[in-house]
Amino acid sequence: MNVQVPDAERQVWIFTQMLRIRAFEERVKRTFTEHPGVIRGHTHLADGAEASIVGSLSHFRSGDAALATYRCHGYPIVLGSDPKALMAEIYGRADGICKGLGGSMHLTDVKRGFLGTSGIVGAGIPHAAGAAWAAQIRKKGEVVFCFFGDGASKQGAFYETLNIASLWKLPAIFVMENNGYNVVTTTAQEDANAANGEPLSTKARAFSMPGVTIDGTDPLAVYATVGAAVERARSGAGPTLVESKVYRLSAHGNIIAPPGVPLHYPEHEAITVFGNRAEYEAALRGDPVPRFRGTLVQSGVLSAAKADQLAAQVASEMDAAVAFGIKSPFPKLESALENIYA
Amino acid sequence: MANLPFIAAIDAGIHQEMRRDPSVLYFGQNMATTENHEFVAEYGHDRVRVTPISETAEIGIAIGAAMAGLRPVVELYMAEFMLVAMDQVVNEAPRFRYMSGGQVKVPLVLKAGFGFACGWAGQHTGSLTALFMGVPGLKVVVPSTAADAKGLMATAIRDDNPVVFLHHYLLTLEHGEVPDGEHLVPFGKAEVRRSGGDVTIVATGWMVPRSLAAAEKLAGEGIQAEVIDPRTVAPLDLETILKSVAKTGRLVLVDQAPRHATVAGIIAGDVAEQGFSSLKAPIVQVTARNTTVPYSEPLEAYVIPDEERIIAGVRSVLKGRL
Repeated sequence: MNVQVPDAERQVWIFTQMLRIRAFEERVKRTFTEHPGVIRGHTHLADGAEASIVGSLSHFRSGDAALATYRCHGYPIVLGSDPKALMAEIYGRADGICKGLGGSMHLTDVKRGFLGTSGIVGAGIPHAAGAAWAAQIRKKGEVVFCFFGDGASKQGAFYETLNIASLWKLPAIFVMENNGYNVVTTTAQEDANAANGEPLSTKARAFSMPGVTIDGTDPLAVYATVGAAVERARSGAGPTLVESKVYRLSAHGNIIAPPGVPLHYPEHEAITVFGNRAEYEAALRGDPVPRFRGTLVQSGVLSAAKADQLAAQVASEMDAAVAFGIKSPFPKLESALENIYA
Repeated sequence: MANLPFIAAIDAGIHQEMRRDPSVLYFGQNMATTENHEFVAEYGHDRVRVTPISETAEIGIAIGAAMAGLRPVVELYMAEFMLVAMDQVVNEAPRFRYMSGGQVKVPLVLKAGFGFACGWAGQHTGSLTALFMGVPGLKVVVPSTAADAKGLMATAIRDDNPVVFLHHYLLTLEHGEVPDGEHLVPFGKAEVRRSGGDVTIVATGWMVPRSLAAAEKLAGEGIQAEVIDPRTVAPLDLETILKSVAKTGRLVLVDQAPRHATVAGIIAGDVAEQGFSSLKAPIVQVTARNTTVPYSEPLEAYVIPDEERIIAGVRSVLKGRL
């Protein structure tokens, strides 16, 4: 398979996975209104990052591993996890992929190489490096995909880990999804590179590591760049930092409120904090999912009718996930005291 | 049997496991910098590496390597250095098995010295054991003899969970008889270091030899103290302690940590709840005085429990004995 340009079939696969993530996240968001109280705590959506997630994981092979953050719904969907088990987990149910012990922020599917998701910003970056050390020792050309946000790149864990990863030539791809906001703070307010008009991939230079900045809303651009980084990692040449620029289309997460206040998603911070509706509307016009549909239809890879058919299939798949999650029972109380120790 | 210093016994435990299991890694700062380093020479750089001074990355990498099927041992030198990476120790390593619903194992060992009360002043002398023992998912090991140092290290490496292995720095050069060949000491099994029927003393680490010395002096006065070394505080062998208290009716807990940061306080709570009817006198806790460890020698000695204070603790618990 060409690591730079996906063939037609792969392009349709990429589009389908993007649709699946979007449809899943839309249903998670709708759950707050359609089934109030079912989702607890804090939930973070991947809408807007679909092209980056799928373009990157297009290169995932059996034996590879992926680790991510609390914004973790998209990756396992692409890796083949059952959306029913993922939704049941987000609903805290017995059939959840983590038996209801982890929830939205900690989706994990070890069988599919999705090793773990830390809810602490930046803390998962060294875990990915550790898994990459294991891959390096196994010498089978396996690589580790490490996903994190722009905010995490100000954590010590990021600097410490990228230094070691470069020093040891670990087979890792560090994909920084820069969605422009660290919760409600803009990147330019908290990042020296951004404040000085430089890309965040500039940080890679400090570690003598390649650093690339790409349009993370274009799955073909992500595919090409991450493909090259994956090849480099598989060959033993070491890690790459990819800054993938996306725009999250929802707020950072649902509102934070004590019980009694119905949880819901507020509007994006561009509007609620900065009063910049124009920025948000521009991002909506660049929405990667309809845009890639247009690209595929225009290039003749996919007919409009087939695209609609795919969307309908995905919608029913994700409706079924919601129905399954709602019907799944709560875990037995004793299970709270299981799985503490191996 | 070989007569080995404590520090060599720990290494013997690591060697024992590295020889039998190729998935065991050993790494940390300022080690493995030459080809003739004893672990590099035997196991190579795939498994033995020097790291930069990056505790968060070192422990985080251990977690990721463990989740990917390896068994890392991280050389941290001093327990305080774990504080730099407290998130990884307390809120990452012990969480993944649980949060994943049992999908992952995180077998790793964090090897760190503690309690270096010989002029290292305020930041390198802490007794932080209790900080870790209440974290579900972590195991906490505190050997006090060379034999246990080897056997508990080997068990820690074989354990499928994150283990904090705390060795007391002032025991580093203490020699002891260490079994040759494969030696494993089970977790959660306290050792009765000295039998006695008048009072139970529970201590860990350096406080074990100090308690034993106090017990010898007390024996000269006809007071027989039973000295129990839990060896692992998570899991904690409460049963052995309760059994001893049922026999003696009196409990003195000795701990190098300051008053409200002790393992002693936790044991006292459990014994008060589960063994109250055995107690003939209030539990006595002999702990460090409530301060940062000072530099100056007489002040340092004043702060940390010594034989005299342990003896005074025993006398006070025996006061009014019929």
